Amino acid sequence: MAKLTLTRRGLLISGVAAGVLMGTGLPSMAATPPGVLVVGQIAEPKALDPAAVTAVNDFRILMNLYDGLVRYKSGTLEVEPALAESWDISDDGKTYTFHLRQDVKFHDGSAFDAEAVKFNFERMLDENHPYHHTGPFPLAFFFSSVDTIDAKDPQTVVFTLKEPYAPFLSNLAYPTGLIVSPTAVKKFDKDFGRNPVGTGPFTFKEWRANEAVVVEGNPDYWDTPTSLKAVIFRPITDANTRVAEMLAGGIDLMVEVPPVALKEFQNDKYHLVEQAGPHLWFLILDCAKGPFKDKRARQAANYAINKKAIVNDVLEGTATVANGPTPAAFAWAHDDSLDPYPYDPEKAKALLKEAGVAEGTEVTFYVTDGGSGMLDPVAMGTAIQADLKAVGLNAKIETFEWNTFLGKVNPGLDANGQHVDMAEMAWMTNDPDTLPYLALRTDAWPDKGGFNSGYYSNPEVDKLLEEARTATDQSKRAELYKKMQQIVHDDAPWVFVANWKQNAVTNDKVSDFTLQPSFFLLLKDVTKA
Amino acid sequence: MGSYILKRLLLAVPVILGITVIVFLIMAMIPGDPATAILGSYATPENVAKLNRDLGLDQPLVARYSIWLWNMLHGDFGQSFSLNRPVIDEVLERFNNTLILAGTSFVLCTVFGILAGVVSAARQYGFADKAITFVVLLGISIPSFFLGMMMILIFAVDLQWLPVSGMYAIYGGGDLPDLLHHLTMPALALAVVATGVVARLSRSAMLEVLRQDFIRTARAKGVKEGRVIWGHALRAAMVSIIPVLGIQAGFVLSGAVYIEIVFQWPGIGRMLVDAILQRDILLVQGGVVFVAACYVIFNIIVDVAQSLLDPRIKT
Repeated sequence: MAKLTLTRRGLLISGVAAGVLMGTGLPSMAATPPGVLVVGQIAEPKALDPAAVTAVNDFRILMNLYDGLVRYKSGTLEVEPALAESWDISDDGKTYTFHLRQDVKFHDGSAFDAEAVKFNFERMLDENHPYHHTGPFPLAFFFSSVDTIDAKDPQTVVFTLKEPYAPFLSNLAYPTGLIVSPTAVKKFDKDFGRNPVGTGPFTFKEWRANEAVVVEGNPDYWDTPTSLKAVIFRPITDANTRVAEMLAGGIDLMVEVPPVALKEFQNDKYHLVEQAGPHLWFLILDCAKGPFKDKRARQAANYAINKKAIVNDVLEGTATVANGPTPAAFAWAHDDSLDPYPYDPEKAKALLKEAGVAEGTEVTFYVTDGGSGMLDPVAMGTAIQADLKAVGLNAKIETFEWNTFLGKVNPGLDANGQHVDMAEMAWMTNDPDTLPYLALRTDAWPDKGGFNSGYYSNPEVDKLLEEARTATDQSKRAELYKKMQQIVHDDAPWVFVANWKQNAVTNDKVSDFTLQPSFFLLLKDVTKA
Repeated sequence: MGSYILKRLLLAVPVILGITVIVFLIMAMIPGDPATAILGSYATPENVAKLNRDLGLDQPLVARYSIWLWNMLHGDFGQSFSLNRPVIDEVLERFNNTLILAGTSFVLCTVFGILAGVVSAARQYGFADKAITFVVLLGISIPSFFLGMMMILIFAVDLQWLPVSGMYAIYGGGDLPDLLHHLTMPALALAVVATGVVARLSRSAMLEVLRQDFIRTARAKGVKEGRVIWGHALRAAMVSIIPVLGIQAGFVLSGAVYIEIVFQWPGIGRMLVDAILQRDILLVQGGVVFVAACYVIFNIIVDVAQSLLDPRIKT
């Protein structure tokens, strides 16, 4: 009998404990009120100082707190006025005069004027600036072409460049060019990144570490103010947990839905939004050594790999097949007439034979296990390996963690005593200049400080890229970029694989949400019931 | 007793110093550096060199180690690059959250584990023993992160009884019931395996004690069975159960990493994983040293508790 009492007592204790833990009687989900949008982010932001951060995840918050002098027109990658109402470019392409919008105030009440613009860029660029220590500013080199900045009068600011640099305007539209309040930087100093003050459609409310960043609608916004009361950005690093939160109603909007989870959201309760962006996923081929030294072998690799299958089966339709070095999202500079290399293993075999590459030749293939914009690199690497095998190339895969991978690939495929025939890579950029200029020119070989890790070199491409970057006329630039794409497409220093389509899901309470080709998350015009 | 504690504390100093050396060297040797991690695609050698200079990482190893150690001795753990805030603030906050989670799990696994073990032992080969053994085996065999995901699907997504993730409700909330509400699933998921281990070891410890003479004597004297088991036997068995609890405390602390990721619990395990991927050197070093020091101190406490129960252990 005594023993039985024991068990009963045990049961009682466990029952009470379970009851206490469950927090009995609590409603499980504190639903957010109308007008408050909860966004599931992929990580905790590093800082909310636009000059100091590099991650898309942080940009998603920043673009809603700040404005730049210019911004991308909705749905495009072309610049339009923002804090600058208009601008003049001198004929030599070296002087940019911006006429600033009047009566714009920072959220702390201080005035936005030419001095504030000057402060912003000098803080980043001038090592002797009194607030340069609030950095480091890793992307300051976006503006390294800037020589001087003059505040001519409160409404006019003049940038003088060291040499003509056409991507300057689109770099200003990039988050690194967003304007922060000088008063707030002086007040918070190194803590500014946790106390952000801008001019944007939302004002910063609070940052609960590892829990949420809360921003509130700014009723005094110079452009049409938002109808949202607040946006709460929640960091949820695990993709499965993010999906579960979306299904359970804990978040209203989620970005970067994993391909395998897409089908959960294909019903009336959710809206699935997609947008191709300025992203390219490619394979760097070693043009200096090994089988890919021969152009025909590089073309063969392009023919051999079934990009459509990778995009549809491995990536579940979350990307499109790339046709060359410039993503289609740069609509004005992209050559639409260029066809992607079709999947043609027979042609690939023939080309390899012509190039004298024996069947069964072994190639070293560096694969990463993750990393920004790399999509599903291990699965993609395996699919590519199988396709190459089918045409007689034995790809030997070596897999590295992302930072280690960059440390091995960026110094060059034949640097530090290694020889690598091919490596995965992905870039997301804001101007058609950036990727080819940093990764395809002869002067961008790793030993010269660039990212041309496969040692591609074509004097004509070099010339076109230099010309395009100094031309101030956009149609002229477009023509040059298109010519460059045709040559690079034919030379095939890379295997052009995919352009990522960013996706997002909202629940049915959210309307008017769109994704931008810039991959920025703009929430001003979103409404939530 | 005092001198025993003092001796153990002094012995801990070289241990912790050794940990600082090891973690510093590991972070210095792993490929990739914080500048590359921060710059991502834009990590040109030039940009990397400049950023490393800005971050103070261009100095020789010995200098960096001495500066770090010296500052730490003065209570300054440095600034995290990836989070832009003092390492110690982040570590304390995160450790506190982990303690809430791991502490609850520890209490759960201790209470339920010992309870299950004692009941099993008291009714050896009976129905309760078999049922408990079965459940315990099941618990030990399920990986906690998998269990966590299943719990989320059932209790949060389908039944909507409990929140999926986080520590507090994102809107409103923030009080104790809210915390308990969020704590339930991760704490249970984390406790399951440890409970199983504690239950099995408590059972065998109890069985051994129950066979001893003083138990027979107590029963012969007519002491009530409940008192024999909970009063006499359990007290004696605790000597072998407590060290197991010490190990389980370490187990729930380290197992918390998976659970923190699955349930998005803002604890120190998740922080360390993120910090390693970001090559956030000072945060990794500070976090590891802090956790290691806590672990060392916890072990001292366990040993002291054991020696209080069993004076023979004191040396």
